[in-house]
Amino acid sequence: MKWESVIGLEVHAQLLTESKIFSSTPTRYGAKPNTQAGLIDLGYPGVLPVLNRTAVEMAVRFGLAIGATIGRRSVFARKNYFYPDLPKGYQISQYDRPIVMGGALDVLLADGSVKRIGITRAHLEEDAGKSVHDLFPESTGIDLNRAGTPLLEIVSEPEMRSAEEAVAYLKGLHTLVRYLDICDGNMQEGSFRCDANVSVRPLGQRELSTRTEIKNLNSFRFVEQALAFEMERQIRVCESGGTIIQETRLYDSDRRETRSLRTKEDAHDYRYFPDPDLLPLDLEEGFIDAIASALPELPRAKRERFEIRYGLGAYDATVLTQSRELADYYETVAGTDGLDPKLVANWVMGEVLAGLHRDHLEITGVPIAASDLAGLLARIGDGTLSGKMAKEVFEAMWSGGGGADAVIEARGLRQLSDQGALEAVIDTVIAAHPAQWSEYQAGRDKLLGFFVGQVMQATRGQASPKLLNDLLQKKRHPPS
Amino acid sequence: MILARDQIERLAALASLEVGEEDAGRLGHELARILDFVRELDTAVTDDIEPLTHPLELSQSLRSDCVGEPVDRDRFQRDAPQTEAGYYLVPRVIE
Amino acid sequence: MKPRGVPVLLEGAKSRPQAILSHYRERIRTFNSRINAFITVLAEGEADRMPHAGGGILGGLPIAHKDIFVTRDVRTTCGSRMLADFVPPYDAAVVERLAHAGCTLLGKTNMDEFAMGSSNETSYFGPVRNPWDLERVPGGSSGGSAAAVAAGLAPVATGTDTGGSIRQPAALCGITGFKPTYGRVSRFGMIAFASSLDQAGILARSAEDVAWTLRAMAGHDPRDSTSVARPVPDYVEALGQGVRGRRIGVLENCFDTGLDPQVGERIRDALRVLERLGATLCDVRLPHLSLSVPAYYVLAPAECSSNLARYDGVRFGYRAPGARDLADLYRRSRSEGFGLEVQRRILTGTYVLSHGYYDAYYLKAQRVRRLIREDFLRAFKTVDILAGPTTPTPAFRLGEKTEDPLTMYLNDIYTIGVNLAGLPALSTPAGLVDGLPVGLQLIGGDFEEALILAAAHAFQGATEWHRLEPPGFEDSES
Repeated sequence: MKWESVIGLEVHAQLLTESKIFSSTPTRYGAKPNTQAGLIDLGYPGVLPVLNRTAVEMAVRFGLAIGATIGRRSVFARKNYFYPDLPKGYQISQYDRPIVMGGALDVLLADGSVKRIGITRAHLEEDAGKSVHDLFPESTGIDLNRAGTPLLEIVSEPEMRSAEEAVAYLKGLHTLVRYLDICDGNMQEGSFRCDANVSVRPLGQRELSTRTEIKNLNSFRFVEQALAFEMERQIRVCESGGTIIQETRLYDSDRRETRSLRTKEDAHDYRYFPDPDLLPLDLEEGFIDAIASALPELPRAKRERFEIRYGLGAYDATVLTQSRELADYYETVAGTDGLDPKLVANWVMGEVLAGLHRDHLEITGVPIAASDLAGLLARIGDGTLSGKMAKEVFEAMWSGGGGADAVIEARGLRQLSDQGALEAVIDTVIAAHPAQWSEYQAGRDKLLGFFVGQVMQATRGQASPKLLNDLLQKKRHPPS
Repeated sequence: MILARDQIERLAALASLEVGEEDAGRLGHELARILDFVRELDTAVTDDIEPLTHPLELSQSLRSDCVGEPVDRDRFQRDAPQTEAGYYLVPRVIE
Repeated sequence: MKPRGVPVLLEGAKSRPQAILSHYRERIRTFNSRINAFITVLAEGEADRMPHAGGGILGGLPIAHKDIFVTRDVRTTCGSRMLADFVPPYDAAVVERLAHAGCTLLGKTNMDEFAMGSSNETSYFGPVRNPWDLERVPGGSSGGSAAAVAAGLAPVATGTDTGGSIRQPAALCGITGFKPTYGRVSRFGMIAFASSLDQAGILARSAEDVAWTLRAMAGHDPRDSTSVARPVPDYVEALGQGVRGRRIGVLENCFDTGLDPQVGERIRDALRVLERLGATLCDVRLPHLSLSVPAYYVLAPAECSSNLARYDGVRFGYRAPGARDLADLYRRSRSEGFGLEVQRRILTGTYVLSHGYYDAYYLKAQRVRRLIREDFLRAFKTVDILAGPTTPTPAFRLGEKTEDPLTMYLNDIYTIGVNLAGLPALSTPAGLVDGLPVGLQLIGGDFEEALILAAAHAFQGATEWHRLEPPGFEDSES
C-alpha cells in the first residue's frame, strides 16, 4: 500500500520586544535565574496584566505579511493547568478569537516548485518559565525569567505531505519572521520553536487519520529527522495491523527517535475562558494601516525581484534572500557598476557563506564589507587578478588584510599580463628545456601543463593563465 | 443529581485539591445541590444574547514597550518556602 | 453620643494627629478581643512607614484595610491559612493612594477567606462578631472592616465587594457601606476572588465619610486594565445636591417572599423619608434579577477557580511539609492551605468551566448576566436611583447558616445583581429590628457615585440611624 503523510506545524516565535507581554521586566536571554521575574511574572497575589503595544503590532505585522485577516476584536483567554514553570496556574493566551486568522505562506521546494501552505491562525500568548532538572539532587529548579515573554503561536493547516515540505515551510516562516524583525529566530535559545502534528493515511484517502504531536524540535535537522522517523513508525504500526493512538511524543535527538510522553487519556482539560483581567483588544483601521504601510519588502517579493533584476535562478535567489541582511549585502555588491550579478552571486553564495559558516558568523558580522568585496571583484573584471589569486586576496581580506588593492599591493599579487614581459619569461623557460619543447611541438599535448607550471613558478604564479595559454599555443606553431 | 466519586476526583485532580474519602461523598452532594440550583438559569431565554464578560464594555488599553519594574530577587524569594542558587525549588519532576 | 466624622477628625489631626491615632489604637486594644475585627494590628511607629502620613487631603486620618489589600512589609493573609505568613513586597494601589492622601494604617481587618462568605465565618483567623450582638455574625466578607467601624475601632475602613461583601456587612453592622462602579477604583494589589465582579470600596459611619475617602481612592490606574480613565468628581462637594427631584425606583423584586416583614417595614419607612426629602417614588421590577444568585454562583466560582490556581506552595504562601512528589505538593498545600468554602467554590468553578459543561453553565450565566445588566440600564432610563433592602434579614446567629452553603448564598440575594451589572451601590443604616440594624440599599447608574452619595447624605441628615452605636461600644470621647 502507498502511504501519504499529513503534517501540520505549530510554531512558537518569541517576539522581539524589550519588555514582556504583560509586564515591564526585560525579555533578555541568559540572565541569572529569576533576576528578570517581577511581581507580575511571578503571579503575586493582586497583580494584574497590562498588554504590550509592540507585541500587538508585531502580531499584526505578521498577519499582514501572510495575507491574513486581522481580528478587529481579539480576546485573551486563560488556559488553566498546573505546572511549576507556569506561575499563575494558567497561561494567558488567545483561544476562540485570535488576532490573526487565515493567510498562507508560499514555500519553495527543492525542485524549484512553489507550494502554498495555509496558515490557520496566529495568536498572542505568554511564554512559561523553565524547569531545570539536573542542577539539584532531589529537586527541580524553577527559573521564571522567561515567564511572560511574548509569543506568537503560528498554526499551519495540515497541508504538508513530506518532511521536506515541512522543513521548507519552517524555513520560509523562519525567514519571514526575521524579515519582519519580530523574532530573532534563534532556535538554540528557544526563540523559534516547533511542534509537529503528524498522521499517515493510505494514498487517496480523504479523511485524516489519528495524529500524534511531536514536541522539542529545536533545529531544522531535528524536524526533518523526527518527522521521517515518526512517519515511518506510523506506517509500520499501520501495516502490522496496529492503530495509532493520539498522543504527545518527544523527539530524542541522541537516539534519533520519538517516544511517547503522554496519551490523550491524561490530556488536560484546559478550561479556557476569557481572562477577566484583560479587556477585548479592539484594533482600529488606522492602527492596522500604519503597520501595513511600514511593512518591509517580503521574502517572496524580494526573491522574484532578484530573479528578474539580476537574472538569477530560483535557487540562487532563494539562498540570497534567506535573510534581509544577506540580501542587502548581495544587492550592495551586485549594484556596483561593471560587476556581473551572476559572478557576485557565486562569490556571496560560495566564499562568503562558506567563510561565515566556518567561522560561525552571521552575515551581520561579515569581516569583508560589501564595498570591499565589490572592489575585489572589480579586480577580476579588469584582469588584475586571476580567480585563484582573487581567492587568496579574499582570504587575506577576511582575516583583516584591508581592501583588495591594499592586499594586492602588499603581496605583489598583480597578474603578469604584459605580453612582452611574459614572452621573455616563456622564451627563457623554452631555452632551459629544449628536449621537452621539441616533444611538445611534435604533438605531445600533455607537456603543456609542464610549461605552464614552469612559467608560473618563474613568475611566482602571477602570469595571467589565459595570456600564458595563448602565447604557448602561438609559440608551438609559429607562423611560417 | 449527585456527583459521583470519580467525577469529584476528576475535578479535584484538575483543581489540584486533595479530597479525602469521607469528603468526596459530602462534596458530591453539596456540589450537586449548587449545580442544580444554578440550573434555574435555564428559565431565561438567551437566544441571540451575547455573553457578557465585563460589566463595562470597554477595550483593552496598551502600554508602551518599556522596561521598568525592578526585580529584587532576594526580597521576592524570602516569600518562597524553598529556594536555592536563585531558583525556586519543587520536588523533582521527571520528564 | 455622636461619633466623629472624617471632617472633624481631619480638623483635629491638624493640631494633634498622635492623639487621634492613640485614641483608635487604645480602642482596638480594649475591644478587638471581643469582636476579632483585626487580623493584624500595627504597633506604634509601624504605621509611620507610610510615605506621606500626615500631609495630604486625608492627613492624619487613621484607616483600617481589609486584609485583602496587599501592604508592603505588613502581613497580608486574605483570611486564609494559605497566606497566614505572607508579607507582601508591594502596596496595593488603594493602600498607596490612601497613604499618599495622608491616611495612617491602624491594621488589617478580618474577612471571609479570600472574600468567599457572607458571615465572616470562613476566616482562618476565627469569626468576627457583630458588635450589636456578639452571638451574631457581622456579615461578610468585609465583616472585620464593618465590625471595626461599627465598634468605633476605626473611623473608616476599606473593603471589597464581589457580591455584596461591603454592603451586606455594613447593613448588618449598622454603618454605611459603599461599592463604586466597577473600574472606578484600581484593583491592583487587591487579591483577586472574581476579577470581573470585585471592586474596592469603603465602610464608614456616614455617606459624608465615604465621600471624603472615595475622593482619595478613586481614579484611573494604568496597572489595572479594567480601571476606567475618566475624571473623578468631587464627591464631597456633590453631597449638597440632596435628593430633591430624584426619581427613585423601588425594587419590588426585593419585597417578594423571603424578606423579613419587619425589615420590609423599616425600608418602607426609609423610602417615605426620601419622599419627604423631595424624591418621587415608583415601583420597578427587573425581570431577570431573580437569576442573579444562580448567575453569580457560576461566574464567581469559575473566575475564582482560576484566580486561586497561583497558590501552589512554590513562590509564596503555605507549602505542605513532606510532599512525595510535585502533584502531592500541590494537592496537599492547597487542601491544607484553603478552607472548605474556598475548596467548594474552586471545585464548582472547575466544574462549570470544564469540557462539556462550559456552554450550559458558564456561557449561559454570562448571557443571563447581560440580561440582568440590561434590566438595570432600562430601569435607569426612567429612574435616577434604585432602592430596596440590602439584606432580607438582620444579622443571623453564628453557625446558623454554616451547614448549608445555599442558604448562605441566598443572603446576598439583593446585593449580587449590582455586581453582575457593575453598578455603584451603597447601604445606609435605616433602623433597627429587635435591636439589630437594617440597611437600605441605594443603587445608581454607571459612575453615578455622587448621586447616590448625595441621596444617602440627605437621608442621613434627616435620620439618626447612622449615628447609633452598638451598646457597650460607645465612643466616650466623641
